Amino acid sequence: MHLAYPAVLSALLFCTGLYGVLARRNAILVLMSVELMLNAVNLNLVAFDVWLSRAAEETLHSGQALALFTIAIAAAEIGIGLAIVLAVYRNRGTSDIDKLRDTAEGHEPDGPESDVSGSGASAPRTATEKAEATA
Amino acid sequence: MTTTTLAVLVPLLPFLGAIAGLLLGRTAPGFVRPLAVLPTLVSLGLAAAVAARQGGDGAVDAATELTPTGSVPIELALYVDGFAALTAVLVTVVATCVQIYSTGYLRDDPRYPSYAALVSLFTSAMLLVVYSGDLMVLLVGWEVMGICSYFLVGHYWETPEARAASLKAFLVTKLGDVPFLIGLFALATDAGSFRITRILGAVANGGIEQPTLIALLLLAGVAGKSAQFPLHTWLPDAMAGPTPVSALIHAATMVAAGVYFVARLLPLFEASRAAMTVLAVMAAVTMTGSALAALAQDDIKRVLAYSTIGQLGYMTGALAVADRGAAVFHLLSHGAFKALLFLAAGVIIHAAGTNSLAAMSRMGRLRDRVPDAYWTMTVALLALAAIPPFSGFFSKEAVLGSAEHVVTGHTGAAPAAAGWIVLLAGLVTALLTAAYATRLWLLAFRGDGPDAADHGRQPLSMTVVLWVLAVPSLALGGLAFRVLPDWFDGHDLTPTLTTSVLGTGVALVGGIVTYATWRHTTAHAARIPLGAVAAHPEGDPGRVEAEAIASHEPAYGDIAYAPDPTDPGRLLLGPLHRPAAAGFHLDALYTALFVRPVRAGASLVRFLDREVVETYVRGAGTLPRWLGAAVRRAQTGNLQTYVSALLAGTVVLTVAVVLAATGA
Amino acid sequence: MTLAAAAATAAHATATTAADPQGFLSPTGVEIAFLLVGLVTLGAAVVTVTTRQLVHAALWLVVALGGLAVEYLLLTAEFIAWVQVLIYVGSVVVLLLFGLMLTRAPIGRSPDADSGNRWVALGVAVTAAAALVWVVVDAFRTTWIDLDGAPAGSTEVTGASLFQHWVLPFEALSVLLLAALVGAIVLSRKAKTEAGADAEAERAAATAPGAPRSGATRRETEGTR
Repeated sequence: MHLAYPAVLSALLFCTGLYGVLARRNAILVLMSVELMLNAVNLNLVAFDVWLSRAAEETLHSGQALALFTIAIAAAEIGIGLAIVLAVYRNRGTSDIDKLRDTAEGHEPDGPESDVSGSGASAPRTATEKAEATA
Repeated sequence: MTTTTLAVLVPLLPFLGAIAGLLLGRTAPGFVRPLAVLPTLVSLGLAAAVAARQGGDGAVDAATELTPTGSVPIELALYVDGFAALTAVLVTVVATCVQIYSTGYLRDDPRYPSYAALVSLFTSAMLLVVYSGDLMVLLVGWEVMGICSYFLVGHYWETPEARAASLKAFLVTKLGDVPFLIGLFALATDAGSFRITRILGAVANGGIEQPTLIALLLLAGVAGKSAQFPLHTWLPDAMAGPTPVSALIHAATMVAAGVYFVARLLPLFEASRAAMTVLAVMAAVTMTGSALAALAQDDIKRVLAYSTIGQLGYMTGALAVADRGAAVFHLLSHGAFKALLFLAAGVIIHAAGTNSLAAMSRMGRLRDRVPDAYWTMTVALLALAAIPPFSGFFSKEAVLGSAEHVVTGHTGAAPAAAGWIVLLAGLVTALLTAAYATRLWLLAFRGDGPDAADHGRQPLSMTVVLWVLAVPSLALGGLAFRVLPDWFDGHDLTPTLTTSVLGTGVALVGGIVTYATWRHTTAHAARIPLGAVAAHPEGDPGRVEAEAIASHEPAYGDIAYAPDPTDPGRLLLGPLHRPAAAGFHLDALYTALFVRPVRAGASLVRFLDREVVETYVRGAGTLPRWLGAAVRRAQTGNLQTYVSALLAGTVVLTVAVVLAATGA
Repeated sequence: MTLAAAAATAAHATATTAADPQGFLSPTGVEIAFLLVGLVTLGAAVVTVTTRQLVHAALWLVVALGGLAVEYLLLTAEFIAWVQVLIYVGSVVVLLLFGLMLTRAPIGRSPDADSGNRWVALGVAVTAAAALVWVVVDAFRTTWIDLDGAPAGSTEVTGASLFQHWVLPFEALSVLLLAALVGAIVLSRKAKTEAGADAEAERAAATAPGAPRSGATRRETEGTR
């Protein structure tokens, strides 16, 4: 099989994930996009391992071993990431990355919102609009 | 003690007295008066001893170099010849009199300690100028005098007149000092030394390349210090200071320094005929103009101030005809009688409660209130008017005689034109001097009207000093004109017949004409009560004087002028009276010529700074501000924006690296 | 180009068997299958990052990850393919769905799923894709993989290499997973100080702390399998 096929597919998948990381607003969707990027790397690793295991006399199967490690680390990453997102959500009442702008200049620090359990759907939206208006 | 040690102690003692007075003034008020009087008195004794030892023989010349100072060495040098010895005696005599007089005159003044210390410092600086053999050290004393005059003229700094006068004195003299300093440097560069002896040696050998330029530069400083036209305007205004300070400035220090300096370096000025001519013209204009102005002044102290300018004109005139013996002779006799005039004027102002001659002429029996001042002032005025046998006659005849020598060609040291200028101006001034002296005497002592208030006798410290000074005013000239040539250059100072007859004649004419005019005006004019009289006539003399000065302008509308129809000067001068009273509007001219352009330039610079330069500065700040605002917009706080920029940069770099690696 | 030349030289030097005249115009069956599955995978991935329905995104992610598993199979890496299915499709996506639910993600189309950054993101992504594809194609256009013979990624082969050559990193990785487990628990636990004021909020989100913990536990078991 032509090596360019998996390589190109991997590159395209990686860039799709890249777009998702940069463009998605919800933190969980960003995590999904990260998973896509990791999988693109995995595909690369596997494809080149297969190619090299045929081409070389002696091989350590390092590509496949690293792919396995990447999968494990990705699982750990998604666990930690989700825990962080949940903590942020519990503190801020939202998981929108757009609203986490504490590092911006002139941003007045907003404390933990009191209506976390109440109108959680409408309050973040108005807050988002306000954040965009000030940005 | 050697003569050198004595001579060093003479300026040092008043200096130490000044330091001690400043330090102890607050903590130990009882020591202030002894500290003011005693050092000056001891200095007087030492100066007399130095003069006696020097005795007109060879000059005492000593020098020590403290440290190398570069190309032209500066040395602590002492050079005591006959001029220096006698001038130092005069300075210490007048300073002692002034200090003693001040203890009575300013007896209740809260600022007396600093005042006395400054007078001591002033004296010390003048003595330094007199004795110094190094021009740089001389300059130190010269400038210390400038700053002391600033403080002392502004002693009554509560009054705006005193503040303005002190600033004016300082600025005008400094205006002359700048070219003076440049001239000193040029002179030292040519001569290779600041030592007066070496400079004179270089002059004798023709080692000075630009004598005219240097002499003219130095003349600017001399004109500022000695109040010669056109830098004389500070002196009449300096009358806003206390009277003893005026006496000190006019008789012994400050104004004498300029004349003394030229006398010291006279060979340098003789090397340039142009400088001598300029000196003669300067002297002539100063003499006649100041005498006219003196005739029109209403303030008794301003009359005396203009007379000082005129007498200084005589001295510079004598220098212009290359007779420094006559110049210093007149300096000595003038110092004596001018100090006496001022101190007596202080007594009169205290007794009358006013400094206005117009107001005094409406007081009866003023002379009976102050008999000491009356008699001594009469003596001093006769000396001023150069009536024989008073001292002023002999010194003035010496000046006129040397001018006549130059005119008749007996000496080639000065251009004949200078001689003519000085002789004619001197004769005219002699006439005018007699006139204003007579006017002053008549208006002050022959007034008619209600009796002057009686404040009791003046303090002994003030009256005794008057009599002490009356002695040299009366007798110095007649006794000294035979002795002094031994101390000086050896020029004969004996009055010649021609100038004596001429000078005395015109003086008598001036006096008689003034008297006749006075009789005429007092007989016909209505007795208009006029007056600018102090509010607290029983206070101490200094306070009375300050109030009198401050009330003159509100009462008459002018600091120098009074609308008095009985004034003989008004009739004598005719249409000239008003401009003469205003000092021929020189101040207004200077205001138009210098002050306004400078102010306009300052406001222009201010405008340029505020509007133009600031605009550029603000403009320079605007671009970074805009850039900052633009960059600040990038800091949105949104992580995705940051990562986008980061990755975009990464992509660009990667592509660039790949392209570079592949050589595309 | 030197890069392509170097890669080609390396390929020629190391893999003489790959020098058979093969071309893009005569694809094998494996290649066609790979291409088709790859298209599906890419399409699913694109839908995942562009759809406005958050839950749909997670489901499309399942399609994309499953497609990748098929690609692994086609590349004869069967063990990794099954691990992919087990971990990604089986647990990670489930975990993500839990996360979406716990953060009250709206069901249905949400108008603000993409931030205002999307055009910049698109530009960066397209540029990066162009650059990568260009470099990769340029470098490997003459390189073939020989898929005949024994599978390169069977369980036996993978296990042998993993526990012979890679055992130390493997054990280190298990420590890392343990640390991640502890970290996830600490992060998702509620702070004790805010228990009073936010008691009702906590009760409302009572399931929140449990889900990551159970997910992490499951992953731990799978990672150390």
